[in-house]
Amino acid sequence: MNESIAAVILLIGGAFVVIGALGAVRMPDLMLRMHATTKAGILGGGLVAIAGGVFFNESEVMVRALAILAFVVLTGPVAAHMIARAGYFTGAPFWERTLKDDLRSNLDKAGGYLYSAQEQREGKGRPQQQAPRDDGE
Amino acid sequence: MIEWATIITLMLLTLALALTVVRLILGPSLADRVVALELISLIAVSFIITYAIQVGRAPFMDVALVLALTGFMATVGFARFLERGGHTDE
Repeated sequence: MNESIAAVILLIGGAFVVIGALGAVRMPDLMLRMHATTKAGILGGGLVAIAGGVFFNESEVMVRALAILAFVVLTGPVAAHMIARAGYFTGAPFWERTLKDDLRSNLDKAGGYLYSAQEQREGKGRPQQQAPRDDGE
Repeated sequence: MIEWATIITLMLLTLALALTVVRLILGPSLADRVVALELISLIAVSFIITYAIQVGRAPFMDVALVLALTGFMATVGFARFLERGGHTDE
């Protein structure tokens, strides 16, 4: 019984990891790639870890599986945020059909600083610029 | 049933690893490559757990636990390096 449950969870987890890798290859820009890899990848890895814990059916192995799950789930969003922030600052190119990029006008790329909306109003930031593509809808 | 499940899962993970390596080689910016490296470390963790199930040895789970931690450290280090201004074009 345990083996069957572990097999099903393991297969679902492997499928999610493949979906994440597929998104990493097929998506057009950095943010969309991270959208695929972080969510699908973390879900797949977590399911594989739970399958390991269910298969061995011992409390100490289950604790380790839950620890792996907790580490992956807690550190994944932090790492994704840091990469996204670094990629945005270093000017990773966006997809040409990106509609909205409100942060671009607040970014002082040379200083590596993001001005808040209040600092913008007080004239500390750069002047407001158009979004990269703004053609009505 | 678990034998077939582990074999199929290892095949799926191999496919995922190949796809991710394609992104690691193609990736236009360094941030894309860091994303691919993060996914590769997660696939390696999944590989180790699947192998532990296949051979029926629980201690391999510890290896996966340590690797999960190390992958996070590598990603954070790369992100700090990018933000402090390294070579960003390649």
